[in-house]
Amino acid sequence: MPAIKSLEDLKKIREAALQKRDIKTTNARVQIVIGMGTPGIAAGARDTLKEFLSIIEEQGLTDVTVRQTGNFGLDSMEPVVQVIIEDNAPVTYGKVTPYAARQIMEQHILNGAVLQAHVIPS
Amino acid sequence: MKFFRSHVLVSVDPQCLEMGAHEIVDALNDELVSWGLIDEIQVLETSRLGDPTRFGPDLVVYPENVHYANLSVDDIPYLVEEQFLKGRVVEKFVAKETIVTDDELGAPKAKEVRIVLRNCGKIDPHNIEEYIAEDGYQALANALTSMTPEQVIDEVMRSGLRGRGGAGFPAARKWQLCRQVPDNPKYLTCNADEGDPGAFMNRRVLESDPHSVVEGMILAAYAIGASMGYVYCRAEYPIAVANLNVAIEQAREFGFLGNNIFGTDFSFDLEVRMGAGAFVCGEETALIASIEGRRGEPRPRPPFPAVKGVWGKPTNNNNVETYAVVPQILLHGADWYSAMGTEKSKGTKTFAIAGDVVNTGLIEVPFGLSLRDVIFDVGGGIKDGKKFKAIQTGGPMGGCLVEEHLDLPLDYEALTAAGSMMGSGGLIIMDDETCMVDIARFFMEFTQEESCGKCTPCRVGTRRILDILEKICNGKGTLADIDRLEMLCEEVAKNSLCGLGQGAPNPVVSTLKHFREEYIAHVVEKRCPAKVCRALIRYEITASTCTGCTVCARNCPVEAISGERRQVHTIDAKTCIRCGICAQVCNFNAISVESG
Ligand SMILES: Cc1cc2nc3c(=O)[nH]c(=O)nc-3n(C[C@H](O)[C@H](O)[C@H](O)COP(=O)(O)O)c2cc1C
Ligand code: SF4
Ligand code: SF4
Ligand code: SF4
Repeated sequence: MPAIKSLEDLKKIREAALQKRDIKTTNARVQIVIGMGTPGIAAGARDTLKEFLSIIEEQGLTDVTVRQTGNFGLDSMEPVVQVIIEDNAPVTYGKVTPYAARQIMEQHILNGAVLQAHVIPS
Repeated sequence: MKFFRSHVLVSVDPQCLEMGAHEIVDALNDELVSWGLIDEIQVLETSRLGDPTRFGPDLVVYPENVHYANLSVDDIPYLVEEQFLKGRVVEKFVAKETIVTDDELGAPKAKEVRIVLRNCGKIDPHNIEEYIAEDGYQALANALTSMTPEQVIDEVMRSGLRGRGGAGFPAARKWQLCRQVPDNPKYLTCNADEGDPGAFMNRRVLESDPHSVVEGMILAAYAIGASMGYVYCRAEYPIAVANLNVAIEQAREFGFLGNNIFGTDFSFDLEVRMGAGAFVCGEETALIASIEGRRGEPRPRPPFPAVKGVWGKPTNNNNVETYAVVPQILLHGADWYSAMGTEKSKGTKTFAIAGDVVNTGLIEVPFGLSLRDVIFDVGGGIKDGKKFKAIQTGGPMGGCLVEEHLDLPLDYEALTAAGSMMGSGGLIIMDDETCMVDIARFFMEFTQEESCGKCTPCRVGTRRILDILEKICNGKGTLADIDRLEMLCEEVAKNSLCGLGQGAPNPVVSTLKHFREEYIAHVVEKRCPAKVCRALIRYEITASTCTGCTVCARNCPVEAISGERRQVHTIDAKTCIRCGICAQVCNFNAISVESG
């Protein structure tokens, strides 16, 4: 760490420190959990994940986290995605192609309407 | 803005760097690139995460908040594939121990205002960046780049900040006196001896927010023109010492300590000295002697430390809390600070509340709050629905205050006028089952033991006061003893060399003032009204309620209870040592304690 020699230096360190603080304390409103087991990856879960990420970036969303998990145990339905909004019960979707990902994003996450066609009943 | 679904914070603490932290960062980036994940996951360097000697090199993955420890470059390909590609936590790399939760300091209660304690439990004390994120070292940067030392003194003067170690001397006035002494080099000391039984305000700040003390000391050093500082911390506080050392190390690394701080010609460094463990070492001249490696004994003042302190040079000594608030005052301004409190006592004060209240622990409240608010609102009132009897403020050299004082504001002058003092922040609350003679004896036992013996009035006087108190508690006192007690107290307070001896009689004087009738009951009626003093109580079995179950007899440690099964039992008063066990174990409430 180079020694801080000016107000400017401190400001830069502080901004980086603030970013790290946000990373540590983020309590996202929306969590998207994607199954990344071997069957998930084989069924194209990586592409689904990337689609979610690019929408978040396009729209500049700040209250969404995307997490991966192992296998949901629903092999025939892969890629499987779970959406958790605030304290609501998780909604599990199956066969989430990048196209379906965009629909889930637009209808469910941004507008609160569950995309019934893809829901896997629990 | 670029969106990363996950962040990896890798510790680049100097010790972790030595163990290969940079190689790990490089390996992480390489692996992320080769899996095509580099756009999704960001690797950041941070200050310390866990103790490097146990965890290093280590990193934390967010948002999962998983702490991976003791990593090597060879572990990274597997870690990246499992954690970032497949989303599985790699248990074998996860740090075994987790951070412990905080049971000392809860969420702020109504009427609390946290300035000194604001970061405690909130930031990681080992990570300087977390302090910086909370505006840490900003006050220092501002002061060094745009204020003269005199302006710093002025601002602190206008804030009304008074020393938090007990006496409440205006902090900036002390700085000014030291600055004006035409002798160099000048030194700074921080009093972290905290010897009051039950007090732990300073320990908590040092453990949880050590940088606030470090920054406060650098600011004071700049104001005074000091080049070297010592934090004198009691050896019973190993975590405080360790965290402070980490903080000092990091402050050096970032250039806040050392030569030419913020590119100016101001240079300052800090060192921690461990206390010898005696309470009297908290007295400033004893503290200075101890820092120099001499016996920790007080010497007469003047000369005051501001003129002749460490190594005979001008020295400014303040308490931990005094230093810790200075950055906040400079950051938010004197007016902000002086808007809180009373006319002469500004800002907030931390207290450790102990005794018979519902919420014991650490609090921080603005001056001016009434004792009633502190006890009943912040403290939650007296435990078990009992009645308030007295509150001891100012620690073992303070005094007790009673019901009639409850509406007094927390204010240095108000407490002194009422016969007690502010002290460093120990508050002991007593319910109506407390014997005040016994309390006086308890405090006297402490100060007598801690007397360094250098001057006769304190050495001999405290011993004789304690002897008389013990005699009274044992039921052997006379009215003449009470008169002798008062005379001795006056002598000891007047003729002792340091604050320990001068303040030692306070608990006796104040209990005599407010509870004289309890002393008289002990010596004339041979009765302890609160039923505490063992020599003056007896345990009795009520014949009508005793079922003869034999439980008490079987539990009595000295076999003082006799009686046949299903027959009324009796206690032999001559054998009974009044331990109270029988009363506790009797399921029929047949055993009562009587006074006299
Ligand atoms: C017996 C005795 C013990 C003391 N213990 C402490 C202590 O533990 N911490 C402390 O800050 N001041 C203690 N003091 C007060 C110090 O002598 C000194 O006044 C104080 O550190 C000054 O700091 P301040 O101006 O910031 O209050 C003690 C005084 C006496 C007489
Ligand atoms: S008053 Fe007591 S503690 Fe202080 S110097 Fe004298 S003997 Fe030592
Ligand atoms: S325990 Fe109580 S009831 Fe039982 S013998 Fe003792 S006094 Fe009597
Ligand atoms: S008070 Fe203790 S010693 Fe006395 S009778 Fe009860 S148990 Fe025995």
